[in-house]
Amino acid sequence: MALERKDVENIAHLARLAISEADIPEYARNLSSILALVEQMSAVDTTGVHPMAHPLDATQRLREDVVTETDQREHFQAIAPAVEAGLYLVPKVIE
Amino acid sequence: MHDKTLAELSAGLAAGEFSSVELTRHFLGRIERFDGQLNSFITVTAEPALAQALAADERRRRGEAGPLTGIPLAQKDIFCTDGVRTSCASKMLDNFIAPYDATVVAQCNAAGMVMLGKTNMDEFAMGSSNETSYFGPVKNPWDTVAVPGGSSGGSAAAVAARLTPAATGTDTGGSIRQPAALCGISGIKPTYGRVSRYGMIAFASSLDQAGPMARTAEDCALLLGAIAGFDPRDSTSVEREVPDYRAALGNDLKGLKIGLPKEYFGAGLDPAVAQAVEAAINEYRKLGAEVVEISLPNTGLAVPTYYVVAPAECSSNLSRMDGVRFGYRCDNPKDLEDLYKRSRGEGFGPEVKRRIMIGTYALSAGYYDAYYLKAQQMRQLISDDFRRAFETVDVIMGPTSPTVAFNAGEKTDDPVAMYLADVYTIAANLAGLPGMSIPAGFVGNRPVGLQLIGNYFDEARLLNVAHQYQLTTDWHQRAPQGFE
Amino acid sequence: MDWETVIGLEIHAQLATRSKIFSGASTAFGAAPNTQACAVDLGLPGVLPVLNREVVRMAAKFGLAIGATVAPRSVFARKNYFYPDLPKGYQISQYELPVVANGHIDIELEDGSTKRIGVTRAHLEEDAGKSLHEDFHGMTGIDLNRAGTPLLEIVSEPDMRSAREAVAYMKRIHELVRYIEICDGNMQEGSFRCDANVSVRPKGQKEFGTRAEIKNINSFRFVEKAIDYEVERQIALIESGGKVVQETRLYDPDRDETRSMRAKEEANDYRYFPDPDLLPVVIEPSFIEAVRATLPELPEAKRQRFVSEYELFPYDAGFLTASRELADYFEAVVKAVGAEAKLCANWVMGDLSASLNRDGKDVSDSPVSSAMLAGMIRRITDNTISGKIAKEVFEAMWNGEGDADAVIDKKGLRQITDTDAIEKIVDEILAANPDNVAAYRSGKDKLFGFFVGQAMKATQGKANPQQLNDLLKKKLSG
Repeated sequence: MALERKDVENIAHLARLAISEADIPEYARNLSSILALVEQMSAVDTTGVHPMAHPLDATQRLREDVVTETDQREHFQAIAPAVEAGLYLVPKVIE
Repeated sequence: MHDKTLAELSAGLAAGEFSSVELTRHFLGRIERFDGQLNSFITVTAEPALAQALAADERRRRGEAGPLTGIPLAQKDIFCTDGVRTSCASKMLDNFIAPYDATVVAQCNAAGMVMLGKTNMDEFAMGSSNETSYFGPVKNPWDTVAVPGGSSGGSAAAVAARLTPAATGTDTGGSIRQPAALCGISGIKPTYGRVSRYGMIAFASSLDQAGPMARTAEDCALLLGAIAGFDPRDSTSVEREVPDYRAALGNDLKGLKIGLPKEYFGAGLDPAVAQAVEAAINEYRKLGAEVVEISLPNTGLAVPTYYVVAPAECSSNLSRMDGVRFGYRCDNPKDLEDLYKRSRGEGFGPEVKRRIMIGTYALSAGYYDAYYLKAQQMRQLISDDFRRAFETVDVIMGPTSPTVAFNAGEKTDDPVAMYLADVYTIAANLAGLPGMSIPAGFVGNRPVGLQLIGNYFDEARLLNVAHQYQLTTDWHQRAPQGFE
Repeated sequence: MDWETVIGLEIHAQLATRSKIFSGASTAFGAAPNTQACAVDLGLPGVLPVLNREVVRMAAKFGLAIGATVAPRSVFARKNYFYPDLPKGYQISQYELPVVANGHIDIELEDGSTKRIGVTRAHLEEDAGKSLHEDFHGMTGIDLNRAGTPLLEIVSEPDMRSAREAVAYMKRIHELVRYIEICDGNMQEGSFRCDANVSVRPKGQKEFGTRAEIKNINSFRFVEKAIDYEVERQIALIESGGKVVQETRLYDPDRDETRSMRAKEEANDYRYFPDPDLLPVVIEPSFIEAVRATLPELPEAKRQRFVSEYELFPYDAGFLTASRELADYFEAVVKAVGAEAKLCANWVMGDLSASLNRDGKDVSDSPVSSAMLAGMIRRITDNTISGKIAKEVFEAMWNGEGDADAVIDKKGLRQITDTDAIEKIVDEILAANPDNVAAYRSGKDKLFGFFVGQAMKATQGKANPQQLNDLLKKKLSG
C-alpha cells in the first residue's frame, strides 16, 4: 500500500512525532516500500492459524501482594527535565 | 594479555599471573589507544572499572573469587547501569543516567566482573550496520571501510579488536549473531526467556533477548552461565535451572544430526559465503556428524513478518520517551502536544521514526487484522517449521548473513535492502529459539559467520557443537591487523 | 414526543491491595507526590510489569459474587495514547479477553419490584496518575503515586432507563464491593467512580440513540444530576433539530451541567494489542474454588434471611444490610439479647444510626458497642428501665459514661415497679387535683395524659408505665 502525504501526517500525529514538511515525501516513499515488503505475507493463507503472541507457551506468574519498593523520588527526579515540589512539570494541560 | 581468551584470563587470574587491576588497566589502555579508529564505545568508565578491579582482587585475596571475578567486559549501551549514562545510542537518552542496574548488569557485578564501559550500537537497537547511532557509526576492525553489523556492532568490534575480552549484546532479529559474523567473533542469542530482560531497554519485547559475545564458544559458555537465569522482575523469564554450560563442552559429535535448510542456501546468498559455510559443514562431517537437508518453507516470510511484529511493539515501547520524566526534552514547548512531538521528533533518528510509524500504522484501527494479526499467524507457521525440523535433527546450520560485511553507506538509503541482511537470523527470534554465530572463514579480509540454531533451551548442546569445531579450526583465533 | 433514556455505567473500583497491580510500590492514599511511584510506575526505560496475585483473586471474587464467568484464560493488552498522567504512553488493561464476563445484579425499583441489570464484563487495569492544575508558572504538575493502582472496571449492559435506576445500580455495586472486601468504596478519594454512557430514543424505537460518555463522576448525587442534565440536553438538542454527537463530556457540579471535553475529543485510535511483557493469565478451577470459599453471605441473601429469620420488614432488612459492618453489628446485638430482634432493629436503625450520622462516625468506631447496646436492651426487656429512660441511658453511653448498668445506677434510673409506691404517688396526685379528677370523670378523657405526666414528673420518669396506667385507670374510674 502506497502512503500519501496525508497518511504520513496522520501516523506521525498518532505517534506524536514532529516531521518536517521537507522530509514527508521521503518518509512516504520509505514507509511504502516497507509496507510492500510486509505485504508479501498476504501470499500465505493463514485461515485457522492460531495467532502467536509469545515464543513460549507459558502463563503469567503472579507476585505476592507485598510492598517492596521504597521512596526514591529524589533519585528518580534527579534525571527529570523539569520538577517542582516533587511534581513533574509539563505545559498546561487543558481539560 | 589481550590475545588470551576469557577462559585463559580466568585461569591467569586464578594462578596469580596478573591482577584484575593490571588486566583492567591493560584493556583501558587499548581502548584509549585504538577506539578512536573504531568508535566502539559510547562511554568508557575507567575510574569505576578500576574500583571494581580493586574490589575483585580483594575478593580473590579473601578466597571468594568465582571464575569471572576480575574479568573485564563491556556492556552494550542498551542495559541500564546505575549512575552511568545509558543512551541506547540515541539523542533521546543522551542525558539519561540510569537510576538502577539491569538484571544482566547486576549479575555481572555479582560475579565480580569489571565493566570497562558501554558499547556503541544502532539507535535503540534498530539497524544492521551500526550506522543509525547518534554517536556515529562503528568501524569494522577487519576493514574500517566496512560496517561491523548491528545492532550490537560496538560490542562485536570491541571484542574483535581485543579492546575487551567479552561483551554483552542483545538480539531482536539478529543483533548478536550478524555483527558477530561480520566481525569474526562468537556470539549466542539464548532461548527467549533464558536471560532476564529487566533493565534492558525494550525494542520488541516478544523478540528481545540478551546474550554474550566473545571470541570463543567456551567464553560464551562462561559468560552465559553468569547472566542466564530466572528473574522475578521479568514475567517472561523462565523458571528453569541453568545448566553448567562449560561442563557440557566435552561431548563428541558422533551421530549429531545437522539439518541444512535448503532455503538458507538459495538466491541472495553470496557464493563465496556459501563456499565457506559448506567447508565448515564438511568439517562437522569429519567430526562424525550426519548432515541432512531440511526445509523451512516459510523462511522467505520471516523478514516481512518481523517488520510488522517488531515495529508494532517498538512503537508502543518507545512511547515512554516523551520528555516528561527523563531523557531529551525540546526547548520551550508551546503546549503539551508540541512538547511530545518536538521532543520525540528531535530526539529520535530517522530509522527509529520510520519503525515507530510502521508499527503505529500496523496497529491502527482498520489495519490491525491485515498486519498485526496476520503477522502473529505467520509467526506460528514459522515456529511450526522449526518444530517439525527438530523432530529429525539436533542442530540447524547455515550462513549467519548472506554476505560478508558491506561497506558503510552502501545500504543507508534503502531500508528494505538493509532489512534483508537479517534474512537468516530473524526466524529464530520469531520462534524464540537459541541461535549462535561462530567464525568460519573469510571472503577476502572479511569474516564469514556460521549460524547454528538449536531447539528450545538447548544452549548447552549449541555451545558444545560450536566448541568442538573451534577445537579443530583456528578461524576464531585470527585477529585483525593494526590492533596488536 | 415521549423519550426513553438508555444508560450504561462503567464503574472503576480501586482494588484494596497493599501494593500496585504491576509493581511493589505502596497504594496507600495521601502520600507526598511521587514518593510512591517506583521505577515501574514511572515507566523508566527497561522496567517490566509483574502481576499481583491479589488483584486476580479479587477480580475472581467479584465475578463469583455477580454470577459471572471467571475466565480460565484472560489477556492483558496495551491501550496506547499520550497523556502526561500516563507514564508509559499506554495503559495496561484488558481488551478482548477480560477476567470476568456475563454477570448480573438485581436492583429494587421505586414500586418495590426488582430489575436485573446485566454486567457485560469486568476487567483489570492500572490507574493513571494525577494532573495538578495549580499554577506552576503556567505549567501543570504531575503526581504519579496513583499510577499503577489496580482497578476493576465493571461495565454494565445499557439496561438502565432512568438516572434513579443508574444510582440504584451503582449503590448495589458499591455495597457489594465493600461486602466482599475488594474495595474500600471511598468516593472522596476516588476509590469508586464511574463513567455514564447516556443516550435517548423515541419510546418504542428499537435502535439506541447516539450516546455521550460522561467521565469520572464520583458521587451518587452527581451521577443522578449529571444524567438528568444530559438527558434534558440531548432531548432539547434533538427536538430543536440538532443531533447528538458521540463524545466525552465532563460533569461540572458547580454549574450542574455537562460539557464537552475538547482536549480529548480528537478521534481516539488506541491501537490495542496484547502486552508482550505479560503472559496470558490462567485461572485454575482450584483457584476459583478457593476464592469461592472466602465469599461472605452476599447482601441480597442477607436481606432475605433477615426478613425470614428475624421477621423484619423488607425496608428494615434493607437498611440493616446496607453495609456488612452494620448487619454484623445488628446480629451481634440480637445474639447477645437473645430475643426481641425487632426491638434491636429499632434501636440500631433509630438512636444508633442517628448518633452515628450526627457525629459522622462509622459503625465500626461507634462509642456504643454491640455488647453495650445489647446490655441496655436487656434492661428494657427485664423492666429495669422504660423505653423512654433508655434513650437517656443510650445518650450517656454514647458520651462515654459507661455501660447501661453503670449509667442506670449512677443516675438512679431504675424503674419503680413497686405497686404500693406507685399507688401512693397516684393517690397524692388525685388528691392534689380534685377539679381535673371531676372533669375526667364527667367525660374529658383527654385529661388521662395529664395524670400520667404528673406521675412521671413526680417519679422522674421512673414509674413503670404499664403499672402506672393500670393504677390510674382503676382509681380514676373509682
